[in-house]
Amino acid sequence: MSEKYLKLSPTIHLAPRIIRNLRERIVELLLLGAAISSIATTIGILGILIYESFSFFQQVSIIKFLTDTEWSPLFENPRYGVVPLVSGTLVTTVVALSLAIPLGTIAAIYLSEFASPKLREIAKPCLEILAGIPTVVYGYFAYLFVTPLLQIPLPDLPGSNMLSAGLVMGIMIIPYVSSISEDAMRAVPVHLREGSYAMGATRLQTALRVVFPAAISGISAAYILGISRAVGETMIVAIAAGLQPILTWNPMEEAATITAYIVGVTQGDLPHGSLEYQTIFAAGLVLVLMTLVFNILGHFLTKRYREVY
Amino acid sequence: MTIDNLHQLHRLIARNRFWEKIFIVFGILSLLVGIITLLALLIDMTIDGLPRLSWQFFTSFPSRKYEEAGILSAWVGTCLVILVTAIAAIPIGIASGIYLEEYAKKNWLGDIIEINVTNLAGIPSIIYGLLALGLFVEQLKLGRSILTAGLTLSLLVLPIVIVTTREAIRAIPNSIREAACALGASKWQTIWDHILPYSIGSILTGIIIGLARAVGETAPLITIGALTFIAFLPDSPFKSEFPYISFNWLQAEFTVMPIQMFNWVSRPDPEFQSNAAAAGVVLVFMTLAMNAIAIFIRYRLRRRIKW
Amino acid sequence: MVENHPSQASKFKCEVKNLNFYYGSVRVLKDINLSVFSHQVTALIGPSGCGKTTLLRCFNRMHDLYPGNRYTGEIELDKINILAPWIDPIEVRMRIGMVFQKPNPFPKSIYENVAYGLRVRGQSQRSAIDETVEQALRNAALWDEVKDRLYDLAFNLSGGQQQRLCIARALATNPEMILFDEPTSALDPIATASIEELITQLKEKVTILIVTHSMQQAARISDRTAFMYLGEIIEFDRTQTIFSDPTHRKTQDYVNGRFG
Repeated sequence: MSEKYLKLSPTIHLAPRIIRNLRERIVELLLLGAAISSIATTIGILGILIYESFSFFQQVSIIKFLTDTEWSPLFENPRYGVVPLVSGTLVTTVVALSLAIPLGTIAAIYLSEFASPKLREIAKPCLEILAGIPTVVYGYFAYLFVTPLLQIPLPDLPGSNMLSAGLVMGIMIIPYVSSISEDAMRAVPVHLREGSYAMGATRLQTALRVVFPAAISGISAAYILGISRAVGETMIVAIAAGLQPILTWNPMEEAATITAYIVGVTQGDLPHGSLEYQTIFAAGLVLVLMTLVFNILGHFLTKRYREVY
Repeated sequence: MTIDNLHQLHRLIARNRFWEKIFIVFGILSLLVGIITLLALLIDMTIDGLPRLSWQFFTSFPSRKYEEAGILSAWVGTCLVILVTAIAAIPIGIASGIYLEEYAKKNWLGDIIEINVTNLAGIPSIIYGLLALGLFVEQLKLGRSILTAGLTLSLLVLPIVIVTTREAIRAIPNSIREAACALGASKWQTIWDHILPYSIGSILTGIIIGLARAVGETAPLITIGALTFIAFLPDSPFKSEFPYISFNWLQAEFTVMPIQMFNWVSRPDPEFQSNAAAAGVVLVFMTLAMNAIAIFIRYRLRRRIKW
Repeated sequence: MVENHPSQASKFKCEVKNLNFYYGSVRVLKDINLSVFSHQVTALIGPSGCGKTTLLRCFNRMHDLYPGNRYTGEIELDKINILAPWIDPIEVRMRIGMVFQKPNPFPKSIYENVAYGLRVRGQSQRSAIDETVEQALRNAALWDEVKDRLYDLAFNLSGGQQQRLCIARALATNPEMILFDEPTSALDPIATASIEELITQLKEKVTILIVTHSMQQAARISDRTAFMYLGEIIEFDRTQTIFSDPTHRKTQDYVNGRFG
């Protein structure tokens, strides 16, 4: 037996050890390289957007871009005011959220505080399917089902309108809001709930006055995720809300969002380096900045609610 | 406690109970809104699209005549693009997940990668399209090809793969790592022999869900300039003569299912819209089937290993 | 170095000299000196939190897996300081096996669990592995119970069988020394008895260092016992002496159950 130990003495096994350590280092470097690719993606995104927008803003002043109320880059006398696109984005977002936030929140409270485990097991995947349907299918649904349906009570509603796009987008966002809110509420410790029950509170009172406030930062993170989904959603609005950049705050009208504009323009053939080509990057930059603000806000809110317990 | 007080208490409790019942009704209703919409969508689309679903629909190219049009180039395009996406996203995603969970030290680099991945998951998909247009198409001259499209979608899927890989790895108890190390396994041997095999099932569900999302993704591919009217198939990857494999298809122009559907929806005539519905049925079937597989795998795993 | 081969005749397998261990800036082990006798069972006892597990894990450099841990002093294995920075911790772990508090088999077959250590050592000859696996399982008194289901998942074994499987896994690689970290704390009394019996048999083949939460266990199976308190070794002697005639007051109080 002692022969076997001999072979393991440090000097004799030096070569395999060097090879092994080398292999470990190479593997670690490869993995690090893969991890860094995500940083490269971010740098790529910001780099491309800023690079192309920079040429754009050399020809169009930033003040004009932010204040002009008309967006007509493809016309004879082009105007480059981003306000109509932002208004379209905001209106559809508000419509979507005014549907998704109440429904998502109530569904989350119901699932976390009232529903039996069995119902929860069935309902959660069903809701998650909603988030898994391709958005182009939602666009079809909004344009060819919801709009005609809305035209029955609202005969003046145009074929392309922000209302139906926003509503369908709201349905799509429900699972984003409900599943994260539910996770946040279920993370509230049982002893808080029991304290409330011991005082004679009903489940509803406990849910609204104890659980909901305790989970509020997680729930607001869910709302913010919903907002950033709605702001960045493209196909539903491109199909159902139209491609005309019109400055209006009325959801019953047609108007293009930032995303719809990009899709509309890139369907044609854009000459590389032209001002029209650069407009989509400037519009994209605005979009990224909007979602970035929401994402960072959401990141800190989730971090906070994880630290509470 | 007097009788009077007790009466008051009972009334209060009855009122509280009443509100609770009202809320339960609302809770069920808000669940139903989503589920009924889902059903309405599926039924409406199936009714519109079913008459067009035939063998011919799957084996025909798009056409100016609605009754001759089909989705051959679209579904072949989707399959090839997703193939490229999977080949690019799976190894890089799993590798990054392993790095972040097993190697990354608690320093600025780890923090930056961490925040960055969360952020990438929140960036709208169309922005990835702009990146691909500016970088892959214009700077790297990869063209409006299957390669470009696959790489674009892989960037989109990457955060999903990374996040699920990390969660799967985190679920493996530390005692397994210590057991392997105590036997003299190196760090990489521990990962390769134990961590990866034990977590690969959960990682797989994440990959499938990510790829299902890529199948339905439209906006970034429109942005890079995918065509909507493709009446030919890309070069076959298999050749009859040496070296039997060809990569010409990577450079081919393409269309995919959601873009074909988008194109048909935008046509004013209702005949094309029923083509869109039929394409939609196929598309939804593809994504739901992938999700179902993922849910099934997750269910099987949950029953098998309990740490 | 080749000349300096481990002599089976040497009295001490392992000698700890002035060992200090720090978690970050906290000093957890203070000036530990300990001699582990060859082919004997040495037990570490003491109240929880006294550092006995921490000391045990120094012997196979498990602490190297986590950042912020630091050693000073020496642990000599056959006169070579295994804590020296130039010594490969993996080689140390190949020579010193370990069995953990909770049975932690890999979610693989029984056979693969035992064979894993051999595979890590580059052994790929099927017949040799088969032979070693059988021998290890026999030595761990598990062979008769599992010989018909070697390819079953190890998770299907009972807790006591899983722990014996972990012992077989450590034995398969023919270590010079095995560290046991409270190996029976998660087991029922019958399984505990069989593990204890196994440990006393094993000392013919390997040197054993065991951390235990139970003084009775130390008294039953060990030849030497070290009593630790607050990161220090208060007393180290023959087990019999520690339990019947300890020098220090603390030791006396502890073995008589007055604290801990």
